[in-house]
Amino acid sequence: MSSPLIQVTDLHKFFPLASQGIFSRVKGDNKAVNGLSFTINEGETLGLVGESGCGKSTVGRTILKLYEPTSGSITFEGEDITKYSNSKMKPLRTKMQMIFQDPYSSLNPRHTIGSIIAASYEIQDITPDGGVKKAVQELMERVGLNPEHYNRYPHEFSGGQRQRIGIARALAMKPKFIVCDEPVSALDVSIQAQVINLLADLRDDFGLSYLFIAHDLSVVQHISDRVAVMYLGKIVELAPVESLYKEPHHPYTKALLSAVPLPDPVLEEKREQIVLTGDLPNPANPPSGCVFNTRCWKAKEACFTTEPTLLQVGSSQVACHFPE
Amino acid sequence: MFAYISRRLAVSLLILLTVSFAVYVIFAFLPFDPAALTCGKNCNDPGIIEANRRRLGYDLPFFTQYFLFLKGLFFGRTFGEGAALINCPAPSLGYSFQQHACVTNLIGEALPVTFSLAIGAIVMWLALGIGLGILAARFRGRIVDQLSTIFVLIGTSLPTFLTGLLLMVFVVIRWHLIPFPSGNYTPFIENPFEWAQILFLPWLTLAFAYAALYTRFVRSSVIDTSNEDYIRTARAKGLSESVILGKHTLRAALAPIATMAGLDFAGLLGGAILTESVFNLPGLGRLAISAVVKYDLPIIVATTLLAAFIVVIMNLIVDILYAYIDPRVRVA
Amino acid sequence: MTLLKVENLCVDFPTPDGLVAAVHDTSFEISPGETLAIVGESGSGKTVTNLALMGLIPLRTANVTGSAKFESHDGPVDLLAMNRNDLRKYRGRDMAMIFQDPMSSLHPFYTIGDQIIEAHQIHNKVDIKVSRDRAIELLEMVGIQGAATRIKSFPHQFSGGMRQRVMIAMALVNNPALLIADEPTTALDVTVQAQIMKLLSDLQKELKMAMILITHDMGVVAGAADRVNVMYAGRIVESANVRDLYANPLMPYTQGLLASVPRMDRPHTERLSAIPGQPPSMIALPTGCSFNPRCGRKSEVGASKCESQMPDLTTRGNQHFARCFIGEGA
Ligand SMILES: Nc1ncnc2c1ncn2[C@@H]1O[C@H](COP(=O)(O)OP(=O)(O)OP(=O)(O)O)[C@@H](O)[C@H]1O
Ligand SMILES: Nc1ncnc2c1ncn2[C@@H]1O[C@H](COP(=O)(O)OP(=O)(O)OP(=O)(O)O)[C@@H](O)[C@H]1O
Ligand code: SF4
Ligand code: SF4
Ligand SMILES: [Mg+2]
Ligand SMILES: [Mg+2]
Repeated sequence: MSSPLIQVTDLHKFFPLASQGIFSRVKGDNKAVNGLSFTINEGETLGLVGESGCGKSTVGRTILKLYEPTSGSITFEGEDITKYSNSKMKPLRTKMQMIFQDPYSSLNPRHTIGSIIAASYEIQDITPDGGVKKAVQELMERVGLNPEHYNRYPHEFSGGQRQRIGIARALAMKPKFIVCDEPVSALDVSIQAQVINLLADLRDDFGLSYLFIAHDLSVVQHISDRVAVMYLGKIVELAPVESLYKEPHHPYTKALLSAVPLPDPVLEEKREQIVLTGDLPNPANPPSGCVFNTRCWKAKEACFTTEPTLLQVGSSQVACHFPE
Repeated sequence: MFAYISRRLAVSLLILLTVSFAVYVIFAFLPFDPAALTCGKNCNDPGIIEANRRRLGYDLPFFTQYFLFLKGLFFGRTFGEGAALINCPAPSLGYSFQQHACVTNLIGEALPVTFSLAIGAIVMWLALGIGLGILAARFRGRIVDQLSTIFVLIGTSLPTFLTGLLLMVFVVIRWHLIPFPSGNYTPFIENPFEWAQILFLPWLTLAFAYAALYTRFVRSSVIDTSNEDYIRTARAKGLSESVILGKHTLRAALAPIATMAGLDFAGLLGGAILTESVFNLPGLGRLAISAVVKYDLPIIVATTLLAAFIVVIMNLIVDILYAYIDPRVRVA
Repeated sequence: MTLLKVENLCVDFPTPDGLVAAVHDTSFEISPGETLAIVGESGSGKTVTNLALMGLIPLRTANVTGSAKFESHDGPVDLLAMNRNDLRKYRGRDMAMIFQDPMSSLHPFYTIGDQIIEAHQIHNKVDIKVSRDRAIELLEMVGIQGAATRIKSFPHQFSGGMRQRVMIAMALVNNPALLIADEPTTALDVTVQAQIMKLLSDLQKELKMAMILITHDMGVVAGAADRVNVMYAGRIVESANVRDLYANPLMPYTQGLLASVPRMDRPHTERLSAIPGQPPSMIALPTGCSFNPRCGRKSEVGASKCESQMPDLTTRGNQHFARCFIGEGA
């Protein structure tokens, strides 16, 4: 296998906490992303799961250099883009796209969807064969929108359709890599399936790679090749999808999976559930040692003193002193 | 809470110091000679000018001047020398040669007038604006609401001086609803009745425009708040509509009014120039205007500083008040 | 015995664009201690149904008709026939409601203690100390540690999960016979969702309380419900006991819904079977069966029938009802 499409090494992204007035001390940083390493290969989908506020979106945005990384490195197609300025990023931006959670606020309400999608061509400064309009309409058709709706405005579309518009806009850039940040969370169940299928088809047709961020573990399982589980700015487990869901090694992964209710009353009755106590600790002040030690039922002495690193366990990488 | 207040106090002091310095710098580098202005616009007797320059300390280096000014604020200051020695006790804001008076005394006379004007007006417009705003929100779309809309329209479009003149012409002269505000401003302690009688129209004039703004603001704030989820929660508990409005909706809806009112009040204290002119009230606004017309520099500097001071202090009060109302702001 | 029997509930909102029939001719019942789940897409009328029962839809904006017979502390009453002021007595006492967003459902300016105490005081003529003790007792019951001191906290000092616990404590303060939970875990993380659902089911058993659980998560339904009403475009399209519904869904929309959920307990298959198309606009509902533009089984009964007539909700035996021409009268 050649070098991975995306390689992230020891990535950190800290947000300084807002200070309250001139005379208060700055109380350190919000360690939203705190030392992540992973790769994404061509045509591969890496799922990223974890609780709200654990830093998933920040990872996605930092890889695309929408946020300046605090430290660490990011390479895209073997090119180290960590220190790239905005102007140097520009030619790469078309190859790396993002699809957002909220299909309502990410489209400009005053532009027709035709012009929203066409803007992607303008940015690249290219005129596709047969003209922009034809290309846009082909794309609309591809993502399941009626090409005759070229001149309509976003508010005339439902949530699922708007998400398709966002996908078409990203596709017009001919990207190689797309960060999908909770692309289906705001949609109804029956519409979610449509969009997931579309994303999977497009990946296979165009050889796209995804970083697929979601908090719904079933959705992530369905679309991903490998899955990374995040907790408090760190990856605690990274594994091929089958082994992660069948044999979770990290206690947090195990608890997370056991908390997902199954759409089957018979199985639900038998489901053994690990109910975690407490909430996510404050990311500005993560626990020392293992970040999960405040909620872990297996925590021992070592968990409070030494931080576990990602180690190979079977086909998985796990950051735990006492993996399952 | 205590830490919060002391931190805010420290910041306010710093701001005041900065503002005073900025004001001083601006006026020090204006392209006219402050000493030449001391004896009026058309005076060009170099003898007097040079004498005044020395008396007022305009011959000293800039920083010394600023330092003397600050010192005067706390310890008083003397101007001139020998027989012509003038003493302005602390807090001294300078000396006006045009008026032959310590600026502090001039302000001391004008401030109560402006304060009386502002306090009466704010009471009126808060009562009117909040009351009408709540009614309009409560009976949305009904007749009260429509009347309030008309009121808002008129109030926000009529300029203050016009309102004042119209009130004067119709309420007093035509309809004799209130006797003509005869005589000059009377301090409250001398004769409260006369005080109120003379100020009534100016109050009404000022309150009119503000009340319209506040009606609009309160109405939309109450409506927005009553759509909040926590109001639905209150209703689901079984509370009556009047309790929901009085205890749950208003508390949240009126919190921003505290900020608004505080800043508007500060603005008025800085001088309600138009109203004071229309009604011939010897307040701060008039003092400042006449000083500008006559290039009476010490007074201009002092009134500018005073206005800044009032805004900063009111801001502080408003923030503390707000922290008291809204627990989310209370950072320990 | 039935606790609540809703018959022919209709809620219409007159809007400038036309009449929105948010809830149409809905009938269902719930027994003490039972959990009834209401599922359906966004806008299908789940929330409006329950707001109507609580009397929380402003009368100015809507026409509410039908009846809702309810066994209250003071004997049987009709929630929909009563005037709003009389209904107030039952709200928060005989029936309580918790909402989707725990972040915005608590008043930001009052301590959580004050808010729970208030809920107790309205319905009980007791000393405030009694109410305070009751508040502490409930906060302990919903698992908030150090309740005696935490009652002085403000909502913003709590996390989302804890606020939802506070909402639950507040709802249960008067021992209601019926709890309506409108997407109580949608805004929460899975691990917190698991905590809250467990708490609700434990409390429900302990207090023998009936619950209407509104959700769109088919997993949550499977774990918590006894019966399920599936709503589509303002109507109940299927109603059954939970096991029946999952084992043998009869209405094509329910079938599609269950098939379109990705499932962790199965190998991740290549494609989800999605329901095509979009949910209908509530202002311009299709003629005939509301689901017909998206239905793949029309041909079994003849498309023209589905496109011209609205099927009734008919019994299929074993307390299973469906609104579809397929299998009708079989
Ligand atoms: N632009 C920003 N400035 C400051 N802090 C931020 C910013 N963006 C995110 N954060 C903080 O960084 C942390 C991680 O946020 P992030 O949005 O990445 O979480 P997430 O895992 O995507 O959560 P969710 O599932 O809720 O979307 C949070 O504590 C958040 O408050
Ligand atoms: N005040 C109102 N005026 C007009 N239409 C309304 C009003 N309230 C609700 N509706 C409409 O009634 C329909 C049903 O809404 P409801 O809130 O019950 O949906 P829901 O099933 O709870 O959806 P969700 O899952 O999004 O909460 C929707 O089409 C909605 O637009
Ligand atoms: S390292 Fe210790 S605390 Fe952390 S997950 Fe493993 S057992 Fe739990
Ligand atoms: S009645 Fe016809 S359109 Fe409606 S669900 Fe049944 S088969 Fe489909
Ligand atoms: Mg996010
Ligand atoms: Mg709802």
